[in-house]
Amino acid sequence: MTHPAALRSAAEALAAPLPPLLAEAEHLAATVLLGEHGRRRAGMGDEFWQYRPAVPGDEARMIDWRRSGRSDAHFVREKEWQAAQSVTLWVDDAQSMRFAGDAKHETKLHRARLLALAVAVLLMRAGERVGLAGLTLPPRTGALQLLRLAEALTADGAAADYGAPEARGMLPHSRALFLSDFLGDPAPVEAALAKAADRGVKGVLVQVLDPVEELFPFDGRTIFESMGGSLRHETLKAGDLRERYRARLAERKARLADLSRMAGWHYQCHHTGDSAQAALLWLFRALEPLR
Amino acid sequence: MLTLGPIGFAAPWLLLGLAALPILWLLLRAVPPAPIRRRFPGVALLLGLSDDETQTDRTPWWLLLLRMLALAAAIVGFAGPVLNPQAQRAGSGPLLVLIDGTWADARDWPRRIDRVGALLEEAGRASRPAALVLSTDLPGAGLPFQAADAWAARLPGLTPRPWEPDPAALAAWAQGLEGRFDTFWMSDGVARDGRDAVLAALEARGAVTVFESPRPVHALRPAAFEDGRIRLTALRADRGAAAEVTLSATGLDPNGVERELARATAAFATGAGRAEVELALPPELRNRITRFSVAGARSAAAVSLTDDSLKRREVALIAGREGREGLELLSPLHYLHRALAPTADLIDGTLSDILLANPDVIVLADVAKLTPDEEAGVLDWLAQGGLLLRFAGPRLAASDVARAEEEPLMPVRLRAGGRSVGGTMSWGEPKSLRAFDETSPFYGLPVPDEVRVSAQVMAQPGPELAARTIAALSDGTPLVTRKRVGQGQVVLFHVTANAEWSTLPLSGLFVQMLERLAVSTRPGRPEAAALAGTTWVPEQVLSAFGEVAEAGNLPGVMGEALAAARPGPDLPPGLYAGADRRIALNVITPERELRATAWPARVPVEGLSVTRETALKGALLLAALGLLALDVLASLWLSGRLRGARGGAVVLLALGLLLPHEVQAQDDARALAATSEVVLAHVLTGDARIDGIAAAGLRGLSKRLYQRTSVEPGAPIAVNLETDELAFFPFLYWPVTADQPLPSDSAYGRLNRYLRGGGMILFDTRDADVAGFGGGSPEGRRLQQIARPLDIPPLETIPSDHVLTRTFYLLQDFPGRHASRDVWVEAAPPDAEQVEGMPFRNLNDGVTPVVIGGNDWAAAWALDDSGAPVFPVGRGYAGERQREIAFRFGINLVMHVLTGNYKSDQVHVPALLDRLGQ
Repeated sequence: MTHPAALRSAAEALAAPLPPLLAEAEHLAATVLLGEHGRRRAGMGDEFWQYRPAVPGDEARMIDWRRSGRSDAHFVREKEWQAAQSVTLWVDDAQSMRFAGDAKHETKLHRARLLALAVAVLLMRAGERVGLAGLTLPPRTGALQLLRLAEALTADGAAADYGAPEARGMLPHSRALFLSDFLGDPAPVEAALAKAADRGVKGVLVQVLDPVEELFPFDGRTIFESMGGSLRHETLKAGDLRERYRARLAERKARLADLSRMAGWHYQCHHTGDSAQAALLWLFRALEPLR
Repeated sequence: MLTLGPIGFAAPWLLLGLAALPILWLLLRAVPPAPIRRRFPGVALLLGLSDDETQTDRTPWWLLLLRMLALAAAIVGFAGPVLNPQAQRAGSGPLLVLIDGTWADARDWPRRIDRVGALLEEAGRASRPAALVLSTDLPGAGLPFQAADAWAARLPGLTPRPWEPDPAALAAWAQGLEGRFDTFWMSDGVARDGRDAVLAALEARGAVTVFESPRPVHALRPAAFEDGRIRLTALRADRGAAAEVTLSATGLDPNGVERELARATAAFATGAGRAEVELALPPELRNRITRFSVAGARSAAAVSLTDDSLKRREVALIAGREGREGLELLSPLHYLHRALAPTADLIDGTLSDILLANPDVIVLADVAKLTPDEEAGVLDWLAQGGLLLRFAGPRLAASDVARAEEEPLMPVRLRAGGRSVGGTMSWGEPKSLRAFDETSPFYGLPVPDEVRVSAQVMAQPGPELAARTIAALSDGTPLVTRKRVGQGQVVLFHVTANAEWSTLPLSGLFVQMLERLAVSTRPGRPEAAALAGTTWVPEQVLSAFGEVAEAGNLPGVMGEALAAARPGPDLPPGLYAGADRRIALNVITPERELRATAWPARVPVEGLSVTRETALKGALLLAALGLLALDVLASLWLSGRLRGARGGAVVLLALGLLLPHEVQAQDDARALAATSEVVLAHVLTGDARIDGIAAAGLRGLSKRLYQRTSVEPGAPIAVNLETDELAFFPFLYWPVTADQPLPSDSAYGRLNRYLRGGGMILFDTRDADVAGFGGGSPEGRRLQQIARPLDIPPLETIPSDHVLTRTFYLLQDFPGRHASRDVWVEAAPPDAEQVEGMPFRNLNDGVTPVVIGGNDWAAAWALDDSGAPVFPVGRGYAGERQREIAFRFGINLVMHVLTGNYKSDQVHVPALLDRLGQ
């Protein structure tokens, strides 16, 4: 029989990662949440939308007798249309995302997951269904789904140096949110976007970068290694590489922006040194017209 | 030891290491700095980028140079370099260091002592026993050999003497020495008798080395006074090229401050050992001179003290008969003027003025009667050694002075009328003088035949008349009589001072008689015979360095010794005082010549210069360390590791060096801000909230002052008692908190200075709501602790007629946020009285330095930026009224500070109006 204390400590260890990320995401989302918004048109739903005069063809049971009793005409009570959208999240959890250039900054992975979960919270409050790319966690709604998302997002990451977007499991005409540093090979990103465009999926690309990756503040003789150690580059004067590195980075950003524009997506670059709230606001705006 | 130029090396073989430097250069050049490994996701973007310069895989040349220099410095440093390595002096056995120790040594005594120190150190290293002897202070017998270190410890206590050795004694001492020893003779460079004998005696005992300084020796002969000019003679020992010396005369100025009174330049001709210069000075200045000296020469011989021989007597001439202008030859003073003017300073004026000038002699020509005041003054002056010289005349003869009894100011009693001989109405011939007696001061003066006396006043015969007579006519009647009064004397010439009664003033004898009477005497140096048997007490003595010091309790010397004028241990040069004069004994006698020493060629002569060994090892190793530290920084910078905290530290260090200037500039800006306008200030308590309220309160008060009065204060300033100057602020608001730190002693000093200088501090304990009426609060107790060292006068609660109640507004309450009546100010003086018909007492002095209360005024005054009150006061309209009164109190307070007791002076308004005629 397991000792209750040991069981409890194990349970707490298991549950420990869940609340902080989720709570943080809820906290972040609370700053944005404006309330549940309908589709701004009549349809199936719970909320009252408007009264309209009954026209021939309306069933008698649809007539709102209380309203009609106050006038001569008959009125039909319409509800707001509340259709749910599916949003698929993909958060790059490769080794490169675990980089933090400064002890004061969180890792890119943490920021990306935080943003993803906060968006999920917001979307679920709005009644959307949120799931993870791939086949593990199809879009659903509800608090349980949020917990599942949080659990999936706090799982250990992949061992690969650079991640590739997961394009499977995306429902046609759904929405998608890709969070990654996009520093690896761009070909999988192109493929995934092409696949999404084929299915009519629209979405957002968020490139999460560390300020160090943007500034490249290195000098002297240096050996650069990727986080997993698979790539390596040695230079004698790192300072001389700065301009060329930043040119390449700008080129990569431009390419991503082009790609997303062609696929009808949105692209945004976010730095972990900046406020997560600003990024969340932008994300919320970027996803809103999609709904 | 290897010696390269002025540098020697203790371990020269280590220098071979320098040969390894080029190899090291090659080795170091090939090794690039170690790389840093960095995890960096962006490496994917770096792939394929190559470095522009391939040169950088080698260490930069300047870094290599730095390291080479560091290494070279270390190698050279460990090789033990020594600057000015000293060659060892040969010799062994006992060592005698003979120092002349005369005044001539004083000119570079420290260098001499340094040289002796170096010699003794050397002797100590060679374990030679040493003896140190001053030729002016010879040891009893034999040589006091001791360890050289023991002598070195005594060196600082040695001083030269202001005299020269006795040649015979020195030679005898040298010849009495025994044993073998080497001699180092520190010569003073002045040739002297007996040096050869001493040298021969010393050479008989061992090698003699002479040390001499090349600095010139200057001396000054005593000043001579000739024809109204002072002749100064400067001497020098080496008769080389032409040179000039500056001679200065020093004395007391009229304020009693010693300063240079005159200055002259004496030029030595080439090859001459003597230079003369003459000084013509006004007598007044000349009398003040106490010594002459050669400027820049530090020796007793370069100083020549002056004594009475330069002084001139001050003689006051007073005639009883004035107002006969144009009759110069009949003036009673004419012949006296002519006789005394060349040799004495004459003073004119009334007797009472003259007595203030304290002359040496007062001449009364035909003055019969003095007022009692004058008589008392003259008697006092006589008692202190004055000489009163009286001449008879018609007025004296006609008066009844000294007829019935002897007058204190008259040597003898006089008979009425006097007598006249040889005139048309008398018989007999005019009388001539009798030869002078031996007891007379005029003894020895030749009596010219042509002197005739035709009229005189007659002395009343008496028992003491003969003793008092110092000159008589041929028939024995007294012509000059003298009487001692105290330390002074009264002398009466029984004839007039002009040629009316006698031809005496026309003769040369008259002048000689005046000289004998010390009226016009110019004392030269007394003869030895005159000094025999007298005792002289030293007043001032000269040190060998030419400094004049008070003699203290030195014993007196006999006149014979003084006459010999040979300074020695028993007769230090200086100023000696005798019975009636002072004699200066100078180092240099009037006939002295200086001559440089001439040593035989066999005696080695060395200079005094000491070159000290300087070990360079430490400096070089330090340089190596410094270079290595630079290398660390440079390497870090090259490899890109000089960033972040480390870079910040370097920047902070640089800033730290600049910081004091900024503080200074800040202080100046603050002082300007505080003084260009009236500024209210509050004391920082350390509690940010209280300080904020105080600042807001003063801002509100300043705003109200600006609106309502002609006081237009600037923005209030917070004052830190520990660091800030308080003098700029007329008014300090000091909120007291319970945990406020006590000011430091220096801050208390500033506070007390501030209070004494008219500043005012408003202490606010802010507790009138809970404390009051004797109830203590923590703030109140803290205030007591704070105020204890302050200079605070007795206090009382504000009386109803205090000037604070009417400096601007008429007030009787002084509320702040609380409305307690317990507000304390300086107590009125106990003698303040209510003026009849006035509503207040006559309190006319001073601004109260402190106002103490607990009403939390700042909170009531506090206004925010929009001008709205920050804190509520009371309730409703009554509360606003209380705030208004609080503002009025503040305005009254500032007005009180700025205008003082101006309003208190209104008590005089009725009187003023009354005077204006209303």
